[in-house]
Amino acid sequence: MTTSDTVKSAVSADLMRQVADAENRHDPYPIYARLREKRVNLLADGSYALGRYADVVGLLHDPRVSSDPHHASNPGSRLLVDNGPFIQRDPPDHDRLRSIATRYFGPPVSPGVVSGQEPEILSFVSDLIDALPASGEADLVDHLAYPLPVSVICGLLGVPKSDEEQFRAWTEDIVRGLDAEQQQGADDLIRQRQQAQVAMFGYVTELVQRHRAQPDGSMLSRLANDHAGQQMTDGELGATSLLLLIAGHETTVNLTANGVLTLLRNPWALDRLRADPDWVIPLVEELLRFEPPVQYLPNRVALADIDVDGTTIPKGASIVLLVAAANRDPDRFAHPDRFDPDRGDIEHVGFGSGIHYCFGAPLARIEAQASLTAFAGRLASPRLAADPPPYRPSPVLRGPLHLRVTYDKRG
Amino acid sequence: MPGRPAAQRIVVVGASLAGLWGAATLRKEGFDGVLTIIGDENDPPYDRPPLTKQVLTGWVAPDHTVLPHLEPLGDTRWLLGTPAAQLDRRAGEVVLADGTRVPYDLVLIATGVRNRPWPASDQAALSGVCGVRTREDAARLIDHLDAGVSRVVVIGAGFTGSEVASACRHRGIDVTVVEQAQAPLTGALGGVIGDVAANLHDANGVDLRCGVTVQALEGSGGTFRAAALSDGTTVDADVAVVALGGVRNTEWLADSGLASGPLGVAADAGCRAVAVNGLVTDDVFVAGDVARFAHPLFDYQFLTLEHWENAAVGAQVAARNMICAPEDRRPHACVPTFWSTQFGVNIKSVGVPSLADQIVVTQGSTEAGSFAAAYGDRDGRIVGAVTFDHGRWIDHYRGLIEQAAALPGPYDADLPDKREPARFPPHPAASYHGPTVVVTGHSPTAMDAVRQPAGRSAP
Repeated sequence: MTTSDTVKSAVSADLMRQVADAENRHDPYPIYARLREKRVNLLADGSYALGRYADVVGLLHDPRVSSDPHHASNPGSRLLVDNGPFIQRDPPDHDRLRSIATRYFGPPVSPGVVSGQEPEILSFVSDLIDALPASGEADLVDHLAYPLPVSVICGLLGVPKSDEEQFRAWTEDIVRGLDAEQQQGADDLIRQRQQAQVAMFGYVTELVQRHRAQPDGSMLSRLANDHAGQQMTDGELGATSLLLLIAGHETTVNLTANGVLTLLRNPWALDRLRADPDWVIPLVEELLRFEPPVQYLPNRVALADIDVDGTTIPKGASIVLLVAAANRDPDRFAHPDRFDPDRGDIEHVGFGSGIHYCFGAPLARIEAQASLTAFAGRLASPRLAADPPPYRPSPVLRGPLHLRVTYDKRG
Repeated sequence: MPGRPAAQRIVVVGASLAGLWGAATLRKEGFDGVLTIIGDENDPPYDRPPLTKQVLTGWVAPDHTVLPHLEPLGDTRWLLGTPAAQLDRRAGEVVLADGTRVPYDLVLIATGVRNRPWPASDQAALSGVCGVRTREDAARLIDHLDAGVSRVVVIGAGFTGSEVASACRHRGIDVTVVEQAQAPLTGALGGVIGDVAANLHDANGVDLRCGVTVQALEGSGGTFRAAALSDGTTVDADVAVVALGGVRNTEWLADSGLASGPLGVAADAGCRAVAVNGLVTDDVFVAGDVARFAHPLFDYQFLTLEHWENAAVGAQVAARNMICAPEDRRPHACVPTFWSTQFGVNIKSVGVPSLADQIVVTQGSTEAGSFAAAYGDRDGRIVGAVTFDHGRWIDHYRGLIEQAAALPGPYDADLPDKREPARFPPHPAASYHGPTVVVTGHSPTAMDAVRQPAGRSAP
């Protein structure tokens, strides 16, 4: 490596540290712009970060890019678990596990599962708003954005809601450690994450056993008891359950909270949504572009030397795909830093792309659409008590920790 | 030279996907003059891919396939139910079969393809002999299937025939598929993939007869009863589905002076029609299944692509080029994608596999029926790809084709690094008899090219 290359990679590494820095959590986008400008960024731990739309989409569809951390030449502490869930697997195991899970979640076998949740989601959102003070102040993370997806995923999977506090703590430790490698105090974060993973894995394994003893119509119960088609092993079933439980609410809470925040920062959009509730459909898509709840995918690995723009990402190197940067690439989107649900062309990568495209996307859409429509429709003159709000710790799954909103009247 | 006056009257001939998207793009790009859409069917534009899939299996009703208007078309004149019969370029008019003359400043030809009919018209008229191209065709076929049938014979195992067979099996109906080639889908995907498709037919209980043709459709009392095959056997059935591909709707252009014929209407990469003498026109544009355009990515070969995406994209490019400044025109250089669903398998294809000499399986397993394969030309450049239940990888191959990259090897470590002949049948173009063109003139710089009246004799 030449001296100037070393300087360049030092700059890249520093930029990625800035993204991870809590000080910048409220607005990482100017840093993403610089990472995008450099196109291929070599980081301090030997990973490569990319943020241009064409590169991110290209690598998301590239068969030479693996999602299995075991292939990394510097696996270090990365999310190494035996029998990982399908998000950390490659074909053919990925395809097998995902298609078994899909059997109980979506078409062609279970086309009505997600849409069947809608009436319950609407009534639960309505109950959550009813429970807010008639006027004054409320935290819309604790009282809207968080409770809805947790309740929905628990019902869908067959997880007792009474265990929520327990798995909330584990989930926080796991999420905080998702991208420990780029953060300060990595060792502690990694140790906590691993402990939480073990504990939570034990919890879901026990839950699966309970579903074997007492089957019901829930997804875990059907996964555990259906012997019609291909089966998951108990280990695979545990890993899948863990993934669905965490991903099923950790991401949607941020989508909804980012949505409330964005609406409050753009009063014209709030008025428009109030007048035209159907507008929530492009609005949520634009949110997924503008403030994606998953900011980057930190754990891909090159299975071969991959050339991008004259730089070779060597075989075994970890690849960080900056979807939040890609979503604001000016080469792809006109006026990318403007929130504009009417742009028409909103082909965001907020849900990823390729074989790992978000499994729960249709459910997340319905949840966010229901929450934001109710928020706009029922709280009069809402405004932010603090802007920016405090953020949750993770730079990967990014969203407000609390969103204190004052309003004149609850409708 | 002064610029051309802005067009006031645009006529779109063809009211299916390409016609609709062309019209919508004209409005979107700001055309506010008189817009007329001519279509031979009575129905407003509808989507054809579901007709052999969701409609035949009974999931979607035939009339629930109307195409949405992605752009408001504003004040648009729809002339539906009467086909165009002539393009009078000297007068600048489209002449309908009923004699109506529709004047234009610019015209977009999007007349598409019709089902190739069974050649013996008396046999084709038997009750139970169906095609699948239009909504009406699909509705008629469903009526037959709903009435209860013992067996359906499908003539031709291209995508349409295979999808019909799949829908029948889905409904529990016995099917015999008769295919002239050695396997299904060989025209589009070659023999290597054809063999995989044949396994699909077998695994799903289709009685597949390859290397055989149907000699006659036999009936009694005006009703179809059996198909007589070239191997001497007879298949008793109640319904025969004729899926022998399409005939391009170009007859109405015979006297137009355009380079049109059974292969389609020739056009440059910018969708401008080419005249008989090889010169590009300024006021006639072509899009969709009927367009035979020079593709920059494939050595400027004239390609016709009967794919949904080609119609939608080509129409948008053509419409834009019709009304933008000449220096802003763009080529229709999109790498085409195609998809099919049959026997529960999602098939996707990108590029132009039929231009290939060789094929390599790159991901998955053909034995398991879940894989990706890439096609290369004789210079080793990738020109196409196909996936069976591997559709989420297709964009990778599209990227390689767009970059004119070398044919990749296998990505999966356990696959053999084996390139084999793709086994495409000889190009059917060789059997077409298009109109003959001759050059005329008295000096080398004053030559022209004209259509020779039929019946040129040997010197």
